[in-house]
Amino acid sequence: MTDQSPPIADFQLITRTGDEAGQKTTYGIPLAVLAELTHRCPLQCPYCSNPLEMEVASAELTTAEWCRVMDELAEIGVLQIHFSGGEPAVRKDLVQLVRHATRVGLYSNLITSAVMLTKARLQELADAGLCHVQISVQGSESRVADRVGGFKNGHVKKLQVAAWTREVGLPLTINAVMHRQNLHQLPEIIDMAVALDADRLEVANVQYYGWALKNREALIPTFAQVETTNQIVAEAQDRLAGVLDIDYVVPDYYAQRPKQCMGGWGRQFFNISPSGKVLPCHAAESITGMEFDSVRGNKSIRWIWDNSEAFNKYRGTGWMPEPCQSCEFKEIDFGGCRCQAFALTGSADNTDPACAKSDLHAQIFARATTESAEAQDRFIYRNFAGGAVEAEEL
Amino acid sequence: MDQSTRKSRPIYDTTSRPLIPRHVKLRFDTTRDRWVILAPERVLVPDDIAVEVLQLCDGQRRIQDVVDLLAAKYTADPDLILTDCLALLQDLANKGYLLAASEPQP
Repeated sequence: MTDQSPPIADFQLITRTGDEAGQKTTYGIPLAVLAELTHRCPLQCPYCSNPLEMEVASAELTTAEWCRVMDELAEIGVLQIHFSGGEPAVRKDLVQLVRHATRVGLYSNLITSAVMLTKARLQELADAGLCHVQISVQGSESRVADRVGGFKNGHVKKLQVAAWTREVGLPLTINAVMHRQNLHQLPEIIDMAVALDADRLEVANVQYYGWALKNREALIPTFAQVETTNQIVAEAQDRLAGVLDIDYVVPDYYAQRPKQCMGGWGRQFFNISPSGKVLPCHAAESITGMEFDSVRGNKSIRWIWDNSEAFNKYRGTGWMPEPCQSCEFKEIDFGGCRCQAFALTGSADNTDPACAKSDLHAQIFARATTESAEAQDRFIYRNFAGGAVEAEEL
Repeated sequence: MDQSTRKSRPIYDTTSRPLIPRHVKLRFDTTRDRWVILAPERVLVPDDIAVEVLQLCDGQRRIQDVVDLLAAKYTADPDLILTDCLALLQDLANKGYLLAASEPQP
């Protein structure tokens, strides 16, 4: 323990045993998978990360199919599985799926809106070996939170389920999705996370693709809000060290450098959709013209990860145009988010305009400033029918 | 809010009995041929000595016991091992990856 490297390091990209550096395998083994069990959800959040065209219940993978998928994941060296959705608790077989994850040695995390959970079911999940629960919140109190989620009494239910989560002995992360219409509640949300005895708080500014892009005018924060938020988060991280870990995702329209999306395309993480499509990220289907393989096809997940066109297209740095190609940060942020590049430039091959080096950065910064000042606050709620415009206040 | 009623991370001394909580897994990853620590939203890679220390943290042994075992095994300076051990374990406890057992675990 006296050498330069820390005794316990954050995970670095590791190639397979037997693979030699510089050979074909330069992207290692996936660490974690986001398993979207369903797109069904009682909430209708206007920034939902699901695609605009959602998959219906009848298309969802069966219990047996998910169990086979988990066998394969464990075999190829995936370490963690995040059960997500939609709302994963909609699935009647959730406990069974968690139990199977435990059996094959996958570390399991439940990403939930919480509103459908009971204490008995949480206990069953804990008994099945669930390792961690992440509950989303839409605000610090019911008026704002229930309006954003489009679900009456949702906020109160979430607080109850968060308390039960701790009572059954499960660690808790609160995921606070932030935007122009709730950022003023951030100090109270931080207090709430402490009061709920959460271990972690994610202050996650909305990322703009899919439903959030459709609602960008109603969600995008002002620059002044972003500056205030930076201060609030920095102060809280300092004050709550050792009590509450706070992860912070900045709104990247106002950032200087793009985010390292998914740890880089096809590098560490991937996503499986409710019907079994294997995706480099949960928004990848927003990039039109790409083909994605399914776990229902005749290819193994390992083959898809290693060889499919979709995973290889933006892997590494070879695909990058300028200014990425000669950028000193190219192996840090990997050119930013492909889905955002597609949404804002029309081509996923371009530099993410969230980067200050992009020709378009000034333009999107200006657009964010203008849109946030217009104060068009009505939401288009997420649903299976392409969205529902919020009723006007009477 | 009253911070005094909040959970607090343990402050270790030589008599503490560190314990890995159920949501943190120390596991040998056969695919990558190395030990990993699995925690919420994190995968950590401990070095060989950290692995050995953590394997001895069972909620029964005091930190002093762990140090004595390692000092005997490696015929090393116990004071140096104690300093390194305490730093390592306290860092993990601060992140919420280690608890302190109040009594020896059954």
